[in-house]
Amino acid sequence: MNDIPADLHYTTKHEWLRRLPNGQVEIGISDYAQNALGDLVFVEVPEIGRRLRAGEACAVVESVKAASDVYSPISGTVVAGNAELASHPELVNLEPYTAGWLMRMEIDAPEPTLLDADAYAKHLAIQVR
Amino acid sequence: MGLKTPLYVTHLKSGAKIIDFGGWDMPLHYGSQVNEHHSVRRDAGVFDVSHMAIIDLKGARVLDMLRYLLANDVDRLKSPGKALYSCMLSADGGVIDDLIVFYLGPTWFRLVVNAGTRDKDLAWIGSYASRFAVQVIERIDLAMLAVQGPNAIAKTLPLLTPESRQIALQLAPFMGCFVGSWFIARTGYTGEDGFEIMVPAEEAAALWASLRAQDIAPIGLGARDTLRLEAGMNLYGQDMDESYHPLESGLAWTVAFDPPERDFSGRVALQTLRTSYTREMVGLVLNERGVLRRDQRVMSSLGEGLVTSGTYSPTLNASIGLARVPRGFGPNAQVEIRGKLHAARVIKPPFARYGKSSIHNSGSTP
Repeated sequence: MNDIPADLHYTTKHEWLRRLPNGQVEIGISDYAQNALGDLVFVEVPEIGRRLRAGEACAVVESVKAASDVYSPISGTVVAGNAELASHPELVNLEPYTAGWLMRMEIDAPEPTLLDADAYAKHLAIQVR
Repeated sequence: MGLKTPLYVTHLKSGAKIIDFGGWDMPLHYGSQVNEHHSVRRDAGVFDVSHMAIIDLKGARVLDMLRYLLANDVDRLKSPGKALYSCMLSADGGVIDDLIVFYLGPTWFRLVVNAGTRDKDLAWIGSYASRFAVQVIERIDLAMLAVQGPNAIAKTLPLLTPESRQIALQLAPFMGCFVGSWFIARTGYTGEDGFEIMVPAEEAAALWASLRAQDIAPIGLGARDTLRLEAGMNLYGQDMDESYHPLESGLAWTVAFDPPERDFSGRVALQTLRTSYTREMVGLVLNERGVLRRDQRVMSSLGEGLVTSGTYSPTLNASIGLARVPRGFGPNAQVEIRGKLHAARVIKPPFARYGKSSIHNSGSTP
């Protein structure tokens, strides 16, 4: 079944968000999302310094099958992109919540309400029914 | 819920991810599409291709009918079991379907057609069958497995009886033969050697299990698509359909204009187009990171065209695609991906066959 770590926050579009000790946030796609996409072969992360609004398309993950947009869960500024993914996009499949992170951001607006792990699990249950 | 092959439950038990394909519930992959692709290029894999339609045509005038219905000339098939790839064309030269035809005897041919075009094909063939007094028998009683890869034949042979093994071992490429209740053909859709085996539906699960026991990996439709694209083979409904003729679909080699006295559906239209057609199919290899996809624009100094199939090629570790472009396009092109231009090379397919890249001697580099 899908791995949904309890300490992360989620969106209905299958992004996760982790609060880092320095106040920044780390963002990626959920285990459910990587599994639905299949083997990833290309990942494009946003450039450092790019300002994003919550819900804005900011990254692209491409599997053998199709390209999918990733949407920013929050409004803020990109401070880092995961450069490892350029040569190892499969990290998103293997370690979606750790080595497969996509970007880190500085939040510059109040956070919209995100789902906790329980709410995201319920969202998935409805989605696959 | 879609149509299901006799192996549907087997796929579920093997952990397949199921998708709809032409109305059929088929396995997309059994875990990793890329690993499945490598299994076929490097070792051996088995595909359930029972969704494809097997149609037997029988009658004294079946040869005459097929010489009219198919753009390739079935009169070239002289020995029983011999197969031919052909397009079936409308009067204006549009591709109704592409198919494999087997010559099984003077009054018996067997067609293998695409799943998504089954009804259309049966209607088209049926409209001629009555005229030629040919019997059309859809073989829904048969399942079909494809075993492909450098070790596919060696791993399959032990499942046969000693006599059958000798026959199967001697099959030349594009030949098939009956072995008991099975029909084994040395054909495929991957660019690798191997067999396609037609068996009574009730024997399919046992055959699948025996092949798996020979350490042959199960392969889904996802890898089937990347393998066929690397092999430079068209997918009906994607690279061509009734709005395109074979000459602009990379399939001129399958149209038998000789002998000139043979009339076939689409001939008159193609005869005119033969000198005047303006577009052709080419292969593209993306020089940069990214993935080619259907309907992306591709440009060169000669004009622009569209990608018809695009994917990531596990064998080349680069993105490849087929594109319909103005004739004479290349050797360099640019593809628009999400608003940005990316450099690509124009090559003559295939991209990969028999386990290796085949584009090094394509003449694409200046």
